Amino acid sequence: MAYDKFNTLKSTAVPLPLENVDTDQIIPARFLKATKREGFGDNLFRDWRYNSDNTPKENFILNNPIYGGKILVGGKNFGSGSSREHAAWAVYDYGFRCVVSSFFADIFRNNCLNICVLPVQVSAEFAKQIFNAIYDDPKTEIEVILQEQTITILSTGAQESFDISSYKKENMLNGYDDIDYLQNIISDIETFANDMVF
Amino acid sequence: MSKTLFDKVWDSHVVKKIEGGPDVFFIDRHFIHEVTSPVAFLGLKSRGLKVLYPERTFATADHNTPTINQHLPVKDPLSANQLKALEDNSKEYGISHWGLGHRKNGIVHVVGPENGITFPGATIVCGDSHTSTHGAFGAVAFGIGTSEVEMVLATQCIMQPKPKRMRINVDGQLGKAVTPKDVALYIISQLSTSGATGYFVEYTGDVFKNMTMEGRMTVCNLSIEMGARGGMIAPDETTFEYLKGRPLSLKGEAWDNAVTHWKTLKTDVDAQFDKELTFNASDIEPMITYGTNPGMGMGISQSIPFADAVEGGKETYKKSLAYMDYKENEPMIGKQVDFVFVGSCTNGRIEDFRAFASIINGKKKADSVTVWLVPGSHEVELQIKEEGILDIITEAGFTLRQPGCSACLAMNDDKIPAGKYAVSTSNRNFEGRQGPGSRTLLASPLVAAAAAITGVVTDPREFI
Ligand code: SF4
Repeated sequence: MAYDKFNTLKSTAVPLPLENVDTDQIIPARFLKATKREGFGDNLFRDWRYNSDNTPKENFILNNPIYGGKILVGGKNFGSGSSREHAAWAVYDYGFRCVVSSFFADIFRNNCLNICVLPVQVSAEFAKQIFNAIYDDPKTEIEVILQEQTITILSTGAQESFDISSYKKENMLNGYDDIDYLQNIISDIETFANDMVF
Repeated sequence: MSKTLFDKVWDSHVVKKIEGGPDVFFIDRHFIHEVTSPVAFLGLKSRGLKVLYPERTFATADHNTPTINQHLPVKDPLSANQLKALEDNSKEYGISHWGLGHRKNGIVHVVGPENGITFPGATIVCGDSHTSTHGAFGAVAFGIGTSEVEMVLATQCIMQPKPKRMRINVDGQLGKAVTPKDVALYIISQLSTSGATGYFVEYTGDVFKNMTMEGRMTVCNLSIEMGARGGMIAPDETTFEYLKGRPLSLKGEAWDNAVTHWKTLKTDVDAQFDKELTFNASDIEPMITYGTNPGMGMGISQSIPFADAVEGGKETYKKSLAYMDYKENEPMIGKQVDFVFVGSCTNGRIEDFRAFASIINGKKKADSVTVWLVPGSHEVELQIKEEGILDIITEAGFTLRQPGCSACLAMNDDKIPAGKYAVSTSNRNFEGRQGPGSRTLLASPLVAAAAAITGVVTDPREFI
């Protein structure tokens, strides 16, 4: 599966400052019955976004036309809970290419990296600045430059750098994935496996 | 150099270290189920790859299977389609498949250990976060996403940075009606749901040493709920005793050699952890959760904490209580319970049904409560019958369902209706986890039993 390359992203952002947003909220289990990867965006945050009669909940941020863009800014401990990669697919399928938080749950972060959605972990202070900037002006643009590992609030010029392993960075810049890498060392893996007792 | 148990298992499975990147990590055993595997197989197909070592992968149907009338065709076409895909893919690629109705069918984290697929020192993954369960045997076991399922199928490896090491020590004697579930919920309430993120936990101390394998599995299962990638307990005689003679366990000389090796799997005396925590067994009460994440738990006799007393986001906390329709400082004892669910990979093993039966024995189910008793596997179901537990529960007015994940994630028909309260022995109380609008109180099988006969949150110590 080839993925989009990721280098620079300049976009407005959607603020969701709640903490501990778990993957059951991002995509409820009853929508996990597909056997394909596409189409999950419609059900992203389903139960926060829609009433039980499928009418949109007006006070939920994704239903507010003032906010939009390819960056989702979440609260602390974003993506906790289930390992369902469907959560990352839903985020991608809805149109986000980058998720920003002051703290990510492990598996969700991995899942994002594996489908070329960039998880950007910032300080709690910087996260607050982003939220404030967006609330001041929803047209505020955020710029993420993967090559430089920087995130900038363009209206204020505030900038922070973020971590990513050089291996994952290379993958995202080039649109490679782990299987491409592993295929190249398959004979090493086979040699290793032959020595395994169990 | 001295090593922790985790280091020993991890390091012996690193095929290759990547400069500035993750380890290429070899996987001994891989479990798949119907929900997180279909897209991985699609990926394999589109790349034209085969499954490298099909004998290392095991498939079971559990997440969206019905828990009644399993002999009939599955009604929901989407679920049926996923189950069919699992069966077809398993057949095409030569993977053992334990589908609905199969003698070995059940929840992936119940059937793995039960059949001796899980073993000490193994590396085990599955597209399900509670794969941490298998750590009870001294395995490094953790949940992965679908892209990684595809990696394991194609290459038997995944790319993982090595987590940090944490030790959680609990010494002393557990009090009356305090079960492994309570120990785990207590630890999570102390650490919060992100307190162990980035770590792999080793549990040590009297409490875990004296625990059965079922109890250890419950504890390791819940490691993920404090953010840890996994948790593990060093293998000992209890472990070997459990595994000996299981259908896929080693036999004869191979078994003896394995046990000799497994005995070396423990943390060296002077090995270093990145973080160490110690708790006292005597501080732990039977636990119950009152909010919408597993960290929002408290001793059953306490009152719901004030928002000001909790660390972190007050808004998130208040939103959570509003969802539950609870208020700060209210006691949980006496709260209305509409549903009781006993099951899941956390508490769906034989020991859990024995515990449930020990309380309801000779009493009657409360009329106001709907109770779903769902064994974790077909094997557990058979044991319930053989041990006479079925008679006890039938006598008390309960019925037994058929194995599966059921109301743990409510992908099948077992959904808690909106607004209703469920005391559940499962692992997650997130908003809508057990059905849209459902409200979950996580607890042990003993607390579940007490609620099932009284219809309200009740301290199980009253019945012991
Ligand atoms: S019982 Fe629940 S947690 Fe366990 S495997 Fe099934 S869905 Fe996952």
